[in-house]
Amino acid sequence: MEPVVSIQGLRKRYGHVDAVAGIDLEVQRGEIFAFLGPNGAGKTTTVEILEGFRTRSEGEVNVLGVDPAKGDAAWRNRVGAVLQESNAEPGLTVRESLQLYSGYYLEPRGIDETIALVGLEEKADTIGTKLSGGQRRRLDVALALIGDPELIFLDEPTTGFDPSARRTAWHVIDGLRELGKTVFLTTHYMDEAEQLADRIAIIAGGRIVAEGTPGTLGGRNRMAATIRFTLPEGTGAADLPPELRALLAGEDGRVTLTTDTPLVHVHALTGWAIDRGIDLPDLDVRQPTLEEVYLELTRSEP
Amino acid sequence: MILLWLWRRWRRHRADAAEPDAAPTAFRPTPIREGPSAAARGPLALVVHQARYDLLGVLRNGQSRFFTLILPILFLVIFCSVFGNGKVHHVRLSTTYVPGISALAVIASSFVNLVISITAQRETGVLKRRRATPISAWILIAARTLTALGTSLVVVAVLLAVGRVAYGVKLPTSTIPGVALTAVVGSVTFCVLAYALTTAISNEDAAQPMVQAIMLPLYFISGVFIATSVLPGWLHHVAEVFPVEHLADGLHHAFSPGAHGSGIVWSDIGVLGIWLAIGLAVALRRFSWLPKTASG
Repeated sequence: MEPVVSIQGLRKRYGHVDAVAGIDLEVQRGEIFAFLGPNGAGKTTTVEILEGFRTRSEGEVNVLGVDPAKGDAAWRNRVGAVLQESNAEPGLTVRESLQLYSGYYLEPRGIDETIALVGLEEKADTIGTKLSGGQRRRLDVALALIGDPELIFLDEPTTGFDPSARRTAWHVIDGLRELGKTVFLTTHYMDEAEQLADRIAIIAGGRIVAEGTPGTLGGRNRMAATIRFTLPEGTGAADLPPELRALLAGEDGRVTLTTDTPLVHVHALTGWAIDRGIDLPDLDVRQPTLEEVYLELTRSEP
Repeated sequence: MILLWLWRRWRRHRADAAEPDAAPTAFRPTPIREGPSAAARGPLALVVHQARYDLLGVLRNGQSRFFTLILPILFLVIFCSVFGNGKVHHVRLSTTYVPGISALAVIASSFVNLVISITAQRETGVLKRRRATPISAWILIAARTLTALGTSLVVVAVLLAVGRVAYGVKLPTSTIPGVALTAVVGSVTFCVLAYALTTAISNEDAAQPMVQAIMLPLYFISGVFIATSVLPGWLHHVAEVFPVEHLADGLHHAFSPGAHGSGIVWSDIGVLGIWLAIGLAVALRRFSWLPKTASG
């Protein structure tokens, strides 16, 4: 099946600086795709090229079979966008704003159903500019959804939110999956990408530095795992069998081992502990977090 | 009586401000009708659809209510009070204030209010979000013009009514076409010029001072506040280059007791038409959906 978004060799030059320095991407139908990167990495530039707001310097871009630079009304009927910054329609309530926007589209969704989808039923008759930041963002999502688009761009939808507002927003975005929408999400929050996305691409310094599922991104699934535990008093890391001592990465009350083969070494550790009659109540084996992978990948970039 | 009415308006305005969360019940649109969307019913339906919600936005904004609806009436009252309502050459002074203030009212609705609100909508990303929808620029411009035309005509009608009831202004009868045509062409011209001017304004804080800097001098030399007959000839010629003078002159003529026929001054309509064409060309060529101050 043809991808919903496809980008080849995209480059955007401002003066002598490449804000986007040649990227390739594909987003498939029904996917929630997260485009992750620090501020100034080229995320918004890329997404605004896809939305048709900016021109590109080089490369091929195709969104729903159309070059966004030539996107017409028929194309905009199929695409929804939640922009990074946009005020509510001045003077209009939530419902009125949606009524106004529904008139722009040939086959809009129902107003009440869309309000319910973003959880603004109680605020339906409140003036949009009087909503809280989180509620206003949900109104933005509703406005992007009212035309019943196939593809929705969400540009940093939860920046500046408190944790509970973020949870609510995530719930709303997750709901788009059930509607079968394709979502192109930009964010600088790793946990947001991990929570929502089927696939993640990380951009830094205008280049894609990693691409994959939340589980495999940046070779995360192959990265060294960490085993941590606390030994009882009177026992030290020096008492561990030599094969485990070789893995020692730190000992500050709690012993840390790193290993590429956690199963083998946890087996050796637990065998050793049972033989000695030692319990390891806080034994913990884990993979690097996506946050750690992300910081590692974006660290060396300017 | 009028002061009392103004006071009530003001009280109601304050009451709205005190209750910020609720939409003022006075301005509710009729429920949207079922069936095909406005876009599906064609461009004209879409213009009317957009204009309904633009009108709501204007009516719910305390500042635009004051400057477009209340201030012109206030000016009429002040002028009649300060300069009296005596007769000069058998014409009541208020008969000359009404057309001048009507010109001011048309400009307040069609130009001042528009420049400020469009610049704000552009800079706060409201227009950018609309850009992401299928709506086209000309529909937005046409709808906002329709709204301004509507409010202009209502305010001019109220000024006529106040002038008649409170100050005994003689209403034009045979020259009604002159009043109407001048007001309509003037309103559309100033709307288009407003769209053209916003393309030259870089941020929303600059909109208000910019508009006042352009309009205040023109009001004084174009017969809005002071009759052009008292101006030195060269200054009147300067004023004649700009559209304010022709809007005011057209209205003055239609109100003057000596007017013949339908009261239309075709030369005034013609100059307004030239400005309309210039404004339209600039507005359509340079219309911008995106904030000028945007970063990133």
